[in-house]
Amino acid sequence: MVSHSADAGHHEHHDDDHHELGFWRKYVFSTDHKVIGIQYGITGLLFLLFGFALMLVMRWQLAHPGTPMPYIGSFLGSLPVIKDHFPGGVMSADGYNEFGAMHGTIMVFFGIVPVAFAAFGNFAVPLQIGAPDMTFPRINMGSYWCFFISCIFMLVSFLVPGGAAKSGWTSYPPLSGIADSGVGFHQFFNGQTLWLTGMIFNITASLMGSVNFIATIIQLRAPGMTWMRMPFFVWTQFVTAFLLLLAFPPLEAAGIFQFMDRVFGTSFFMPTGLVVGQQLTHWSGGGSPLLWQHLFWFLAHPEVYVLILPGIGIIAEVVANNTRKPIYGYKAMVGAIFVLGFLSFIVWAHHMYMTGMGAKVAAFFQTTTIMISVPSVILITALLLSLWGGSIRFTVPMMFATAFLPMFGIGGLTGIPLAFNAVDMYLHDTYYIIGHFHYIVAPGTIFAIFAGVYYWFPKAAGRSMNDFLGRVHFWGSLISINGIFFPMFLQGMAGVHRRWYDGGGASLDQLTYQLAGPVLHWNKFMSYSAFLLALAQLPFIFNFFYSIFAGKRVDRNPWQSTTLEWDAPSPPPHGNFDRPVAVYRGPYEYSVPGAQSDFTPQSEVPEGKGNQAATVSAH
Amino acid sequence: MLNKLLGIVPDASEHGYLVDHMLEFCHWFMLLLFVGWIAYFLYAIVRFHRSRNPRASYHGVTGHLSTHLEFTVVIVEAVLLLGFGLPLWGKRVTEESFPDKAEALRIHAVGEQFGWNFHYPGADGVFGRQSVFLVSGNNPLGIDWSDPAAADDIVSKNEMHLVNYRPTVVEITSKDVIHSFALHNMRITQDAMPGSRVPMWFRPKRNGTYEIVCAQLCGAGHFAMKASMVVEEVKDFDSWYKDAMALLHPAK
Repeated sequence: MVSHSADAGHHEHHDDDHHELGFWRKYVFSTDHKVIGIQYGITGLLFLLFGFALMLVMRWQLAHPGTPMPYIGSFLGSLPVIKDHFPGGVMSADGYNEFGAMHGTIMVFFGIVPVAFAAFGNFAVPLQIGAPDMTFPRINMGSYWCFFISCIFMLVSFLVPGGAAKSGWTSYPPLSGIADSGVGFHQFFNGQTLWLTGMIFNITASLMGSVNFIATIIQLRAPGMTWMRMPFFVWTQFVTAFLLLLAFPPLEAAGIFQFMDRVFGTSFFMPTGLVVGQQLTHWSGGGSPLLWQHLFWFLAHPEVYVLILPGIGIIAEVVANNTRKPIYGYKAMVGAIFVLGFLSFIVWAHHMYMTGMGAKVAAFFQTTTIMISVPSVILITALLLSLWGGSIRFTVPMMFATAFLPMFGIGGLTGIPLAFNAVDMYLHDTYYIIGHFHYIVAPGTIFAIFAGVYYWFPKAAGRSMNDFLGRVHFWGSLISINGIFFPMFLQGMAGVHRRWYDGGGASLDQLTYQLAGPVLHWNKFMSYSAFLLALAQLPFIFNFFYSIFAGKRVDRNPWQSTTLEWDAPSPPPHGNFDRPVAVYRGPYEYSVPGAQSDFTPQSEVPEGKGNQAATVSAH
Repeated sequence: MLNKLLGIVPDASEHGYLVDHMLEFCHWFMLLLFVGWIAYFLYAIVRFHRSRNPRASYHGVTGHLSTHLEFTVVIVEAVLLLGFGLPLWGKRVTEESFPDKAEALRIHAVGEQFGWNFHYPGADGVFGRQSVFLVSGNNPLGIDWSDPAAADDIVSKNEMHLVNYRPTVVEITSKDVIHSFALHNMRITQDAMPGSRVPMWFRPKRNGTYEIVCAQLCGAGHFAMKASMVVEEVKDFDSWYKDAMALLHPAK
């Protein structure tokens, strides 16, 4: 009983519901998981772009220290408040730290998690398990709007006196305690305090989302959708939801503590006898700066897997669909992500090797860190082996998914030396680390996000994205992104550290650090690669919006895929499915010997079975 | 060889070569795995392109080579961890590994925005008494100069002198925010935490002047919070110390 709106201009008009909703309830304060997913997706993609833009300004400063960025410099130098950090259009050291801290925060908490987890999870998980919606649609809406409030806090913080937070995305006290306070700063409306407030809302939103995902995946699977018939993407979202649920509360508590330290003068993280600028500070002391690091990394290490797992899930979907064969080792991969999820809670202190760790504690964390590489290797090996014997069609999602494998491989491999405390002493906080984790999240997770956008776009919009523009986007991104991140390993080996406002020196004659001399020239190379990467995103941005309105119309299953979301109309109406769904087989039955076509959907009724299997309960 | 190619800075500490060997081995291991993966990967995407393989195989890989490879990786990592990683770190931090107090040169390194103060105890080997209430622009460490133990102490700003081959224990802390004391040439780093004083040790083996990097974001001046480390023969060290004493305690 689906009938697409005759009003073709409004593709999202999946009307024909018995209760016709007004504009606000339908597109803005919607409880529909698909709308919420798209809201999360667009907000998150915009924040990814914004976080990237912050970095472009920083990269200009690194390539040409102390010179104004053409056009952008004078523009930023004319904006209220922001101009304080751009005297004469030149970025100041405070401005660099501000943009750096906000780049990290935004990319992780406002870009990747909202897109990879909340957007794709909200949009695809209920469809993939054959559910009409999330278990708690109102909590789902609450989650998005709580996230939205956190976005407002973060954006507004750029415009309060003194500008946004500038103590790193890790916000280590006492630096974050003393930052943005004193003369010229508001007691509450200052960068760091707003950062903390924004984070508290952001975490709350994540918690609401994660309980919803867990409940939905446990409760709302369609008949026949047994656990081991779930698409791998659903498994990754399930584990990710648990990571968020269990790891985020300590940071929420820590955020409230730091808020208290700043606003009410408590000393949770403030040690005794703190002297700043030769003046004894007002904190009574007795707190521990190290406590914050433990609480922060207790979240932020599982967070790494929150960033990666949904990406790997997307890659598995796209690889199976485009190799036209089942993924290799489905069960081993499901096992691997559970082990990964568990281990990710007991490796956090490897971010703190330089704090002066005793031999026993260090032995524990080095061992767990090495152990966590085992499931990671299983995942990447299974995905690589999935290619063998396939009939690979290089659609745009598959190109991104293919590139993900070696890129993620580089990111993973460069983690090996960092796992060992003694070796990490040399590399910690150098560009080697920056290269390492960016390979994981940028050409890793962000490529997975692109693969997911191109893959599910036809389902969400009812129209597909342009193939040629997609290919331009892919090749431009792949080449330039390596130009940014690969030289970082060389700079890191030479001892160039992160968070240097001048990148080691203004020129070879004016080196701040002599050790930067041999690798200083890479700064320009990396920065221009970053500008090219920005250029390469233009076809994507255009393609995305153009295709919403004018892309090629598609039917239910344009990729000839097996999973349930392709059973629903494109775009799916409120309630998702226009016919009862039941599941009869595993998720990736491609090229089944003896089958007529090279894909056998999960919902296809087996011959001679009638409708009986549909009564098999999933629970 | 790979380390050199990647541009590692020269090693100037007694234990540094152990770190370098391990890093070198890690890089070879990574390279080997990556080359293996990428060769397989490129072969697979060419060989199994739709145009060459129109019908996919449902079963795909059936052999167990990958399992053996997996175990090889695990074994190599276990050897690295148990054979090298853990003992190497043990030698840096366990009580027994620290050099004898009488033999070692002891220094307090105190970070502040944006520089390092190096406090030497002098011939008596005792650091003079300190108090936060005495901290001022002229006395950044708040040393009580009336304390007899402080009479032969010196405080050096942004320049740390060491004696070649003499084991050195640096006890690191900070007055304000967290800094990090990174000695690349000594292959060692230690965060400077306000409220706690953490020791680290090494034995320099090569004369020269090296850079000390602040490795933890500490504010607007972080990028330029640089100090230098001079490793020299004992007579040069003594004459530097004497000059510093003369400046700080002009009466003597």
